[in-house]
Amino acid sequence: MTRRLFPVLAGLSLLFFVGAPVLIVRAPYESTMGLVQKIFYFHFAGWMAMFLAIFVLGIASIIFLFRRIRSADQLAVAAAEQAVIFGLIGLITGPLWGVKAWGVWWQWDARLTMAVILELILVAYLLLRQYGGPGSDRLAAGLGIFAMANVPFLYISTEIWRTVHPRTSVVPTLPVDFGLPLWWSVAGFVVICLAMLSARRRLEEQRATLDELYLALEDEA
Amino acid sequence: MTRFLQVVWLVVRKDLRVESRNKEMLVTTLFFAVSCVMVFAFAFVRGGRAVDGAAAGVLWIAVAFAGTLALGRAFERERYQDALRGLLLAPVDRPAIYLGKLSGLLLLLAVVELVVVLMVALMFQAPLFEHPFRMLALLALGTLGFASVGTLFSAMLVRTRSRAVLLPVLLYPVTIPVLIMGVSGTNVLWQPEPDLAMVQLWTSLLLFFDAVFLTLALWTFEPVMTE
Repeated sequence: MTRRLFPVLAGLSLLFFVGAPVLIVRAPYESTMGLVQKIFYFHFAGWMAMFLAIFVLGIASIIFLFRRIRSADQLAVAAAEQAVIFGLIGLITGPLWGVKAWGVWWQWDARLTMAVILELILVAYLLLRQYGGPGSDRLAAGLGIFAMANVPFLYISTEIWRTVHPRTSVVPTLPVDFGLPLWWSVAGFVVICLAMLSARRRLEEQRATLDELYLALEDEA
Repeated sequence: MTRFLQVVWLVVRKDLRVESRNKEMLVTTLFFAVSCVMVFAFAFVRGGRAVDGAAAGVLWIAVAFAGTLALGRAFERERYQDALRGLLLAPVDRPAIYLGKLSGLLLLLAVVELVVVLMVALMFQAPLFEHPFRMLALLALGTLGFASVGTLFSAMLVRTRSRAVLLPVLLYPVTIPVLIMGVSGTNVLWQPEPDLAMVQLWTSLLLFFDAVFLTLALWTFEPVMTE
């Protein structure tokens, strides 16, 4: 299934990434921020892909925990890695924009703090996977669920506190000139996230198969 | 329901009895928390005056560090002679076991906090008794949030390698929101003229996080601990 899915997703993401620069260059300059505003097309898209990866991680963790389906666990590992990568994109592009908008690279406001915390949880997840040894898979699944529980807080944090971060509500009100490149980028990031997810999950699956073969070989010897 | 509470009580009583015989966790955790506050006092109190806003941070760091120590010990103890397996094999609700262990830890931490809070108030000249009930609510809710996740994680880590290292690595990122809320709430409360509406906001946020953490922990404890 994933073997046939991957070329399609890879082809689609290529299409999106060839088209994205054209659309972003053609998008008009925003009146106050000028060129720097265009970072937004990466920033927002990166976070959207991260949210997708975290929801995959959380739901796969729940399925693994309650149903003990091995492939769900493999999907969770893949999703956690994607979430870390796309979260990093968000955390790098954010300060690049912030230094122009706020005059400083970083502010400890609610949204930014929650974003860093979420990234930390995901890195902790990967550390656990790396160093936990046998038996850590269920613990990792528990951590994955906790990571997913943070996402709603992160999303509404700009509404609860008066943060310096722009509110989430600006996105639906964007005019088409800005909206088209934005949603094109989001689609591109989401598709590439899915493509890497399917490739990474397959790698994990094959690694598990290889381990089983090694064990079987040892049993015979 | 009464049976559920009975099991919770039995687990608490077991932990209390073990603790009352050797007092290992209480003494070590307490000593650690006290030395923690001492180190911070040396760092942040200059010429009899504490750095602004340091007291709240010191209090919560001491609670978090001492709590981590206690959490690690609480389940390390269950490893001896497969006590944990015995607990899990008992024909009772798993969430009851979790709640029992959590309650035991909360009792222990309450004793530790009593000492730590008094020490911080003394060394950092914090106005502790201006709003005792609000302070108590912040402490109780913050500790509950920290310990609810901590109990779950340390139970899960019992069977893994390098658990001593992994417990803080996993626990702190997840519980940072609770610690931030505790520190911020305490900080506001210890101002000369506290903004009580802000304290209320932090307290209710803590309550909200506690509810989420406890629900998730009770929900996942059973499948996580099943072999």
